[in-house]
Amino acid sequence: MSGFDVPDFGMSWLDAVGTSADVVLSTRVRLARNLQGYPFVAKAGPDEREAVFDAVRRVARASQLTRHCACIRMAKIDPHARRVFMERRLVSSDLVGEGRPGPHEAAAVIAVFDEPISIMINEEDHLRLQSLSSGLCIAEAWNLVDRLDEAIGRELLLAFHPEFGYLTSCPTNTGTGLRASVLVHLPGLVLTKEIDRVLQGLAHMGLTYRGLYGEGSEVVGNFFQISNQTTLGKSEEDLVDHLVRMVDTVIQTEARARHTLMRDAGPSTENLIWRAYGLLRYARLLTYKDLMELLSGVRLGVSLKLLPGPPVYTLNRMMIFSQAAHLDQAAGRELSRPERQAHRASYVRKVLSDGNEPPTSDPGG
Amino acid sequence: MSEPDRSCEAPGCERPATVHLTQIVDNKSSVHYLCVTCAQAKGISPIAPANIDVSDFLSHLGETPPPPSAGVSHPCSRCGLTFDNFKESGRLGCPRCYTSFESGLRRLLNRIHGATRHVGKVYLPPDPAAADLSRRLDGLRRRLRRAVETEDFERAAVLRDEIIAIEPAGKR
Repeated sequence: MSGFDVPDFGMSWLDAVGTSADVVLSTRVRLARNLQGYPFVAKAGPDEREAVFDAVRRVARASQLTRHCACIRMAKIDPHARRVFMERRLVSSDLVGEGRPGPHEAAAVIAVFDEPISIMINEEDHLRLQSLSSGLCIAEAWNLVDRLDEAIGRELLLAFHPEFGYLTSCPTNTGTGLRASVLVHLPGLVLTKEIDRVLQGLAHMGLTYRGLYGEGSEVVGNFFQISNQTTLGKSEEDLVDHLVRMVDTVIQTEARARHTLMRDAGPSTENLIWRAYGLLRYARLLTYKDLMELLSGVRLGVSLKLLPGPPVYTLNRMMIFSQAAHLDQAAGRELSRPERQAHRASYVRKVLSDGNEPPTSDPGG
Repeated sequence: MSEPDRSCEAPGCERPATVHLTQIVDNKSSVHYLCVTCAQAKGISPIAPANIDVSDFLSHLGETPPPPSAGVSHPCSRCGLTFDNFKESGRLGCPRCYTSFESGLRRLLNRIHGATRHVGKVYLPPDPAAADLSRRLDGLRRRLRRAVETEDFERAAVLRDEIIAIEPAGKR
C-alpha cells in the first residue's frame, strides 16, 4: 500500500457544531452543472473529459472562493486513498469508478481548504458543486454553493435551456440541479416505530431519504439522509425553505418520540443505551454495522444526558475512522475482514477509554 | 400516506383517507387525513413517489397515449444517442438531447417533477445577449421579491447588487 498518505481535509462536517448537531450530523447542498459544447460524461471521449477538467481547474484556481484548494485526479491516487475520500463523503462511488474497471482519467475532485466546498469533475455530470457542513445549515450551505456557481458561471459556458433550466445527464436533476440533504439521527422514531409514518409523510411532501452514502446506500445506525425529490418547477430558495421546514418538523417529532420513550419505557431505554456503551467499550470484534447500531445507542444516551460522554464530535469521527479504508490507512496495510473487525474494536475501546484519536494499528490494545 | 383505518375528514365524505397532509402554519404543525378526491379539491396534487427509477418511468413511456413524438424516433443530432438508448440507460448524451427529444422529455419531466418549466436561477453566460440579460433580470427580481417577503435581507442585498450590476443604467 504505497503512497497511502491522505491529507487530513474534507472532514469539517464532523465538527459537531451548528444547530441541533446532536440530531443533525451534517448538511449538504449540491448543484449539478454541465458545460455547453461537450457531451455529458458517459458519452464523452477521453479528450473531451480532459478538456472539461482543464477548464474547470483553470477557473477554480483563479477564483477567489476556491483558489486555496487541492485538485486530485482519482486515477492518479492509490485505490485505498480513493476509498478514504469516499468514506469522508468528499467523493462519490461514481467518481471513483466503483462497479467499473476504475475511474476515468479526468475524474477529479477540487477540495477547498478554507471553505466547506468541493467540486467533483466528470462524475455523472461535468460538475458537481458541493457544500458539506456540520449541523443544520441548509440556507448557509445553499448560499455558499450559489456563490461558487456564480463564480464558475461567469467564466464557463454552462448548458442551460430557457424552459428546462440547467441541463443534466439524468432528467431527475434537470432544472435547478439542486439536491439539498441533511443527515439526521432518528433513533427515537425508530424505537417508537413511528419512523415509517414519518418517512411516508416526507415522501408525500416531496422529500425522499437515503442512507449515509446517498443513492442506493443502506440506512445504518438510524441515520437518514433526507433530501428534496424534485429539482424542476420550484426555485432553489423554495426547495431549500421547504426542506428547512420539514427537517424542523422531523427534529421536533424525534424529540417527542424521545420524550415518549423516556416517559413510557425509561428503564429499557436506559438499559439499551448502557448496553450499547458496554459492548463498544469491551467488544473484541466489531463489524461496521454492529458499530453503527451501537454508536446510535450511545449517541442517543449522550443526547439525552444519560451518558456523560464522549462528545458528539468524537462519536462523529468514530463513524468515519472505523470504516474499512480508514482502518487500513491507520494500519498501513490492507487488512483482512476479521482483522478489520479486531482493529475496529480496538480503536473504539481506545477512544472510549481515553478519548484519544486517531486509531492505533495494534488490535490488542 | 396510507391510513387504511381512517376515513376522509372532509365533511360528508366517507372515502378512505389515503392522503396524509402535514401543514405548518406559524411554526405549528397540524395533520389532516383526506381521500385523493378531497385532497385534489383542496389543490393538493399527489407527488411522485420516493426514489424515482428513471428506467421504470421510461419503460412505461410508450404505453400511455399520446405516443412519443416524431422527434423521439430520430437520434440526437449532436451526439447520436437514440431515445431507445436513453430508455435503457436513463442518461442523456448531451445538452442537445433536450432539444432532439423535447416532446418525450417534456412528458417525462412532468412525470418526475410535476412540472416542465424551470423557475429558479437564470444562467447568465459570460458574453450575454440582450435576451439572456432580460431573462436573468426577471429571475433576479423574482428572487429579490421572495427574499424580501421571507425577510432574508442578507440575500436580498446580494440580489439587489446583482440586479444593479447588470441592469441598464436608464432603468435604475
